[in-house]
Amino acid sequence: MIELQNLNKIYNGGLANQVIAIQNLSLTIHKNDFVVIVGANGSGKSTLLNLISGNVMPTNGKICIDNKEVTRLPDFKRSLAIARVFQNPYSGTAADLSILDNFRLAALRTQSKTLKIGVNPNFKNKVAKQVAQLGMGLEDKLDQQMGSLSGGQRQALTLLMAVMDDLKILLLDEPTAALDPRSAWVVMQLANQLTQQFKLCTILITHNLKEAFTQGNRIIQMAEGKIIKDLDTNFKNKLTQNEIFNWFS
Amino acid sequence: MDFYLSAILQGLCLSAMAFGMFISMKIFNIPDISTDGTYTLGGVISGFFISQSYNGFAILGLVILGGGLAGAVTGFIHTKLKVNALLAGILVMTALYSINLTILGQSNLPLINYQTLFTAYNIFQNPILNTFFIVGFLVLILLITISYLLKSDFGLAMRATGSSQTMIRALGVNTDAMKIIGLAIANALTAFSGYFMTQLQGFADINMGIGIVIVGLGSVIIGETLITYFKITNIANILFTVVGGAIVFQLVLAFALSLGVNPNLLKLITAAFVLLIVGLPRFLSKKSE
Repeated sequence: MIELQNLNKIYNGGLANQVIAIQNLSLTIHKNDFVVIVGANGSGKSTLLNLISGNVMPTNGKICIDNKEVTRLPDFKRSLAIARVFQNPYSGTAADLSILDNFRLAALRTQSKTLKIGVNPNFKNKVAKQVAQLGMGLEDKLDQQMGSLSGGQRQALTLLMAVMDDLKILLLDEPTAALDPRSAWVVMQLANQLTQQFKLCTILITHNLKEAFTQGNRIIQMAEGKIIKDLDTNFKNKLTQNEIFNWFS
Repeated sequence: MDFYLSAILQGLCLSAMAFGMFISMKIFNIPDISTDGTYTLGGVISGFFISQSYNGFAILGLVILGGGLAGAVTGFIHTKLKVNALLAGILVMTALYSINLTILGQSNLPLINYQTLFTAYNIFQNPILNTFFIVGFLVLILLITISYLLKSDFGLAMRATGSSQTMIRALGVNTDAMKIIGLAIANALTAFSGYFMTQLQGFADINMGIGIVIVGLGSVIIGETLITYFKITNIANILFTVVGGAIVFQLVLAFALSLGVNPNLLKLITAAFVLLIVGLPRFLSKKSE
């Protein structure tokens, strides 16, 4: 599904403050994979995710998604296959728009936004059904502005919005870092459920070792822009939380 | 009474620009200074072609095209060349001064004996009532068109671009293109006001746009105060309050003039009034904290 070949990302190349964020990295992620990426701050996790989503362009190397090369394709064109949930719970939704309007835009992620009016009672019903499964009582507040909701609610809605349109790859960049434990649990549960239900290829970046331990079927540790550990299901299942903890010492 | 009536009429004429400022300022969060230039551009295109006896609606087409093009240039400079929005606006405004002067051929063009939109169609005998009807009708059409646009899927993407760029890019929208289109629409609307005003005043003037961005800003802010006060969320109603803001603004200026204020000080009063409505709410809320 995702293929990275000899990827390099160097910031301020040739200058005194040159930073090598990603170093000669190659990685293949398959369909139905739920990959957890851990690593210290500055190890290149977020840059890797931004390279996949197209928010950052690689210095050199090759990126293929679904067997198509997308190395130089900008982020808004990669949205055909990719949806993102950001670390900042306010980044994934538009505060000034209603919940319903946000969902309408999400439902058009892979399509062009035309002069048609798409928010109609039919669509509202569909969204209400989707939102009801969160059990947050938001289905009655669809006309409310997104900005009036809490971070946890907005993050959960961002996840639901991701599957409103055809989706192959779900990128989760520390989605629970800014949430309280209860909201974090809800969001992770939902991520798991959606990954299985829609057979997604999911990549989760996290600093939460419990999450790293319980989520996913493959775990990758990064340091200095390289992959230093890559364990598949068989090995990951045998891991203990303590062992992951020891990776960081 | 006629004095205030003509102030209301001017407000109505300027509400097209207020719509434009609403789109650039409130939807895209871009302070667009090119407004001063595109308003005059609309005025001089109208003036020139009226003096050549062109059809009023054909002229309107050219005005919208000209304003839209100028706005797209501002958008292009801002998004593609990564120039600060204020500077991009100032650059286009400055360049437009020469273009406007070239189109007009002189600094002031009187249109006394030419047919304008307001003399071509006589729905009412009373000329003021007639002008009112024509301007009001066109503003209403604009209002309906813009509120439809903002409710459509495309309009939602426009509004999301100003609200959360990260989100809307992840949802497949080219935000640069969106801003260029948005500024084109905003400046086309501004030029529309120049078209109205030239015909209302009966002349086109190279300096007619000086400080007009402040008038638009003030109108939008008055409208916004009404929006917050009445808790308006419906797009069409929001646009109505923007029209209301533009009219209130002109009424306040008319009131100042009726008090015997020297007309030379009108721009000073305009600036002071906008400062007052921008600054006062913040000043008061700080005090109550």
